[in-house]
Amino acid sequence: MTLLLVFLGGAVGAPARYLIDRFVQRRHDSVFPWGTLTVNLVGSLILGFLLGARSGLGLPQEVVMLAGTGFCGALTTFSTFGFETVRLLEEGSFREAGLNAVGSLLLGVLAAAGGHALAGLFA
Amino acid sequence: MRRRPSNESPGDLPIDPDVDVRDERAHPERDAFRPPASRFPRGRRRTWDIIAMIAAGGGLGSLTRYLAGQAIPAQPGAFPWATFLVNAIGCFALGALMVFVLDVWPPSRYTRPFLGVGFLGGFTTFSTFTTEIVDLASRGAWTPGAAYTAASLTAGPAAVWAGIVLARTIAGLPVRQGKEPAAETAS
Repeated sequence: MTLLLVFLGGAVGAPARYLIDRFVQRRHDSVFPWGTLTVNLVGSLILGFLLGARSGLGLPQEVVMLAGTGFCGALTTFSTFGFETVRLLEEGSFREAGLNAVGSLLLGVLAAAGGHALAGLFA
Repeated sequence: MRRRPSNESPGDLPIDPDVDVRDERAHPERDAFRPPASRFPRGRRRTWDIIAMIAAGGGLGSLTRYLAGQAIPAQPGAFPWATFLVNAIGCFALGALMVFVLDVWPPSRYTRPFLGVGFLGGFTTFSTFTTEIVDLASRGAWTPGAAYTAASLTAGPAAVWAGIVLARTIAGLPVRQGKEPAAETAS
């Protein structure tokens, strides 16, 4: 059952990442990978909220598996983040590469902590 | 912030490893191998098969990530080895895959959506990475937290690079393919 929930969440999260990334990437002309940053921040926020709700509100484990491990796990991506950072480095956009790494980390951790704190408000 | 050169559409840019119709525009010869009918339904309809491949890959990638987490259980307050290894391996695989997809294999409609965007995108995760950092910090586990953060941020791009270098070596391509200096490309 858990396996099915994780699979289904991932099967929705990955296409959602693809569509959001394309939506964002069409709307700017810088080399910065805003699309991946967007999905990683949104996913960090939601997963932080879900984990906070599990410990604070008793959110069922099944929901965490479907929406957390499955959906948020697949909505966010580390491989594309790493790939885009390397491509920026390879084409000489060192500033953007550094901003991408440090910005994704700082904002991602803030989003995860914010989501967790948000769940705490409902407890 | 640097802008994309005007002669490059966003899809030509290496920063976006997703499939894109612009890739197909860059390879018009691909249309010659497609049944004539498929050239006409532009827009949403012709991308549904791509979305389905991404979904299948994303589901399988997520499942594999979950099973890796079961195989290497996380100890509270300790270095999250499962996520670290999943992300590093996924980065290595994506680096290698992109070389083969873009420079070696003949154009394929489903390889990148299924393996790259779907499986490896679903396999690796950023949200678990950030929530684990928050969890370690909230437990006061600063040393594992800092080590995990630094190791992941270093290993991710390094693994991508290693994958790219290995794939280029295997394929007999030049290992370094950075942008040529402007003076040379202008000539």
